[in-house]
Amino acid sequence: MQDLVNIFVKSVFIDNMIFAYFLGMCSYLAVSKTVKTAVGLGAAVIFVLGITVPINYLLENYVLKAGALAWLSDDLANVDLSFLSFIMFIAVIASMVQLVEMIVEKASPALYGALGIFLPLIAVNCSILGGALFMQERQYSTIAEATAFGLGSGFGWLLAIVAIAAIREKIRYSNVPAPLRGLGITFIITGLMGIAFMSFMGIQL
Amino acid sequence: MSEKKEALFSKKNRKLMTDPLDGSNPISVQVLGICSALAITVQVEQAFVMSLAVMAVLLFGNMIVSAMRNLIPSRIRIIVQLVIVAALVILVNELLKAFMPDVSEKLSVFVGLIITNCIIMGRLEAFALGNKVWPSLLDAVGNSIGYGWILVVVAFFRELFGSGKIFGLQIIPEAFYEAGYMNNNMMILPPMALITVALIIWAQRSRNTDLIEEN
Repeated sequence: MQDLVNIFVKSVFIDNMIFAYFLGMCSYLAVSKTVKTAVGLGAAVIFVLGITVPINYLLENYVLKAGALAWLSDDLANVDLSFLSFIMFIAVIASMVQLVEMIVEKASPALYGALGIFLPLIAVNCSILGGALFMQERQYSTIAEATAFGLGSGFGWLLAIVAIAAIREKIRYSNVPAPLRGLGITFIITGLMGIAFMSFMGIQL
Repeated sequence: MSEKKEALFSKKNRKLMTDPLDGSNPISVQVLGICSALAITVQVEQAFVMSLAVMAVLLFGNMIVSAMRNLIPSRIRIIVQLVIVAALVILVNELLKAFMPDVSEKLSVFVGLIITNCIIMGRLEAFALGNKVWPSLLDAVGNSIGYGWILVVVAFFRELFGSGKIFGLQIIPEAFYEAGYMNNNMMILPPMALITVALIIWAQRSRNTDLIEEN
């Protein structure tokens, strides 16, 4: 249990998707104009990461990894399908996003309207595929760990986008140098927040 | 009806290539493909290889999608595009692993992330789906060079000030270090990539005031 909490906290603060790896920056910059839509997109990202990382974990360990097909028959023990992992991961992600889109459309039309084009674009949000690829690279030992990592990364992403949206709502009233307005100042703020988040480095629970 | 044949490098076509270098630069104006741009700009070599990888994927992706544009049903186009791009990225990844194992090691997951690089999807959606093969090819060349030059410039400054090297060669002479000069380790850290890009944006928009946004 402690391991799981450790992985969760680590992926929220230390290995934060935005501040440490810059994953999902496109939607992070585009949807962070108001807090409300930011929360909606963040929640969708947590949901999609929480579902796709464990599914991709199963896929990786029972289908793709070298020798992963051994449970099917001994003849397949030498098969290594890992070169297919990109295409399999993205297929899982695209279909899951489709599912989430249908659920949100039914359950909360208001949120669906607010998220607009960005919901289908979660499929091409780097943080989702990044979650799957980091899961593969770090070789978590159980599905629970992979899930904790997925949820933690999603939560870290939500934290980052809500924080920047709140700051951007306020910064509208300040006198930013004209060429820096919009994109430029957002980059600088994100950089400063990244420096602040670096103070979590090295924390071990 | 005979359609007038357009010259291969007509003014319009040239514009497709030169626009993304500055006025509609994928990174600093269209805000696409930031994810990978920032993470791999610690060294010029990585940035250079990454730009080439993106260029290869974008070129072939744009051409294939443009050639197939009348065959792809619009409801499932995103999935079709993703599959095309993913197949291209697998090829690039295997090539990198075979010929440049050390760079491939450093780029780690970011090669795979070319699949979800917004530049690729953005250009496929916005351009290749509605245009012929040749203009799509030019658009791909322009956009990948526009992406590449920002990457290389950011990496240049980060590597120069962060470790005193360019392409792994020592640039700042030993004498400087003996006189008390120190590498700025902060430049190697991820947040400085953001700030470097912000400075490029600042410079670009001061020069080209049309690009200034509303606050």
